[in-house]
Amino acid sequence: MKAIRIFLRSFREAFKSVFRNFSLSVASVTCTAITLVLVSIAILVSYNVNHVTKKLENELTIVVYLEREATSEQAQNLKGEFEKISNVEEVTYKSKEEWKFEMMNYSPTLNSTLSYLSENPLLDSYIVKVKNVKYLRKTAEKIRKFEIVRSAEFGEGTVERIVSIFETVKKITLVIVIALVLVTAFLINNTIKLTIFSRRSEIEIMRLVGTSNYAIKLPFIFEGLFLGIIGSIIPIILTVYGYIIAYSKLDGHLFSKMVSLVKPFSLVLYVSIVLVIIGALVGVIGSYKAVRKYLKV
Amino acid sequence: MKLISLKNIYKTYPNGVTALADVNLEIAKGEFVFIIGPTGCGKSTLMKLLYREEKPTRGNVIVGGINVERLRNRKVYKLRRKLGIIFQNYRLLPKQTAYENVAFPLSVSGMKDSEIRPKVLKALELVGLKEKVKCFPDELSGGEQQRVCIARAIVNEPKLLLCDEPTGNLDPRVSKEIMDVIDSINKKLGTTIIMVTHDAQIVNRMKKRVISINNGVITNDIMKGKYKENESN
Ligand SMILES: Nc1ncnc2c1ncn2[C@@H]1O[C@H](COP(=O)(O)OP(=O)(O)O)[C@@H](O)[C@H]1O
Ligand SMILES: [Mg+2]
Repeated sequence: MKAIRIFLRSFREAFKSVFRNFSLSVASVTCTAITLVLVSIAILVSYNVNHVTKKLENELTIVVYLEREATSEQAQNLKGEFEKISNVEEVTYKSKEEWKFEMMNYSPTLNSTLSYLSENPLLDSYIVKVKNVKYLRKTAEKIRKFEIVRSAEFGEGTVERIVSIFETVKKITLVIVIALVLVTAFLINNTIKLTIFSRRSEIEIMRLVGTSNYAIKLPFIFEGLFLGIIGSIIPIILTVYGYIIAYSKLDGHLFSKMVSLVKPFSLVLYVSIVLVIIGALVGVIGSYKAVRKYLKV
Repeated sequence: MKLISLKNIYKTYPNGVTALADVNLEIAKGEFVFIIGPTGCGKSTLMKLLYREEKPTRGNVIVGGINVERLRNRKVYKLRRKLGIIFQNYRLLPKQTAYENVAFPLSVSGMKDSEIRPKVLKALELVGLKEKVKCFPDELSGGEQQRVCIARAIVNEPKLLLCDEPTGNLDPRVSKEIMDVIDSINKKLGTTIIMVTHDAQIVNRMKKRVISINNGVITNDIMKGKYKENESN
């Protein structure tokens, strides 16, 4: 009962003191808001980069051409063999007729050349999708070992370079997000320290009249929580509106259809939750650490 | 019965200043004791040892059966709830009313509002400040602020009231009023009073036990003492 009353009282007092110490509250809310906006931008960018790389990676496939003399039974068996390879996600058959049709549509020159030939010069094939593009080469090498496989191509060199660039970009965006979160933590920590420093006489009085450490800390922890949450409101609004507007203005993609953006709804929700949690956590931890300093004798 | 016992107390601050040296002292329940001596002689240090703001470098401090120097930092509040402290510079919460300031020690310890109210009003009545319950500290005179402090110090009904130069900022007339309040607390509630003061007039008029300190050493401890007697020593 007593503990509950102390808890409720702390909650009330923390709420009041956000307004009583208005200018310091504004300072730490502003500081939180600015850094959280940066965090939000970093998360949005990194999410979209990931999204684009995923999509591009999905289009990286191995084209396997079969020997001309392969029977349809052999081809059928081969599909089963491919599917046994651990990195293989999906195997689709593409006959030489399909290739021919596709190529004839592609350009008029090809069209006339191919229709001039009486026999289809192309080969039956399998399109192999992999689970992890990092092992594209290894998988291709395994496929090449089968007898009726004439060739297995995946754009050696170029594809590998693209994959390694994707990996680097992912790592860089992750590092930026983490660095920004740390900067936020540091900045908010400092403003809260300032807030609590200005109230050390209040803490001293609390100690003097016999307030338990728990009852001293609690209002400050709530206050840190409130300031952190309030500080995340503006960044959340900016994130939600900013991203939705940007998405519809850009029609869902950057530069070309290849670079499509993540759909707003769930991303914006997710970023908002992350921002509130960062704000609240940093606020709580910051004030807890700052107030603890004044509780030592 | 003794309430306070100091045995072989030494206090050296981290900067090397020795504020108290071999202090031995016993104070009984219900006593009224003055502590006098020149500035910097260690009076406030002695008080701080009693409410565990400082720990002695050596020796035992016992207050109301609690071994103060062994008290864990986390448990200090338990000692503080058993005593009241007032200072020269009041130390009120500036953004809270007189009532809220006096209620503060009770509400932070989780007491029910319905229990707090009669206690606060009683304490405010005892110090003669029932009319100004809703005033903020900056709307009160120095004497009135000190009355609020006294009310806050006694609202827990402590056995011991520590006063470190409570009249240091007040003129003689108001000082006398404050002394009357403290004296009545001693008489009505039986609260033990330890008061550090520079005011010879007060000490001479009250005729209580007087302990003189000089350079961190107790030089005199006289029942019904006077300021002059001690100084001539
Ligand atoms: N926190 C401290 N750190 C270092 N020295 C202190 C501290 N507090 C007091 N002193 C020194 O200890 C001596 C006694 O101080 P104090 O007890 O405040 O004297 P008084 O209250 O009698 O004027 C003084 O020399 C003072 O400078
Ligand atoms: Mg002093």
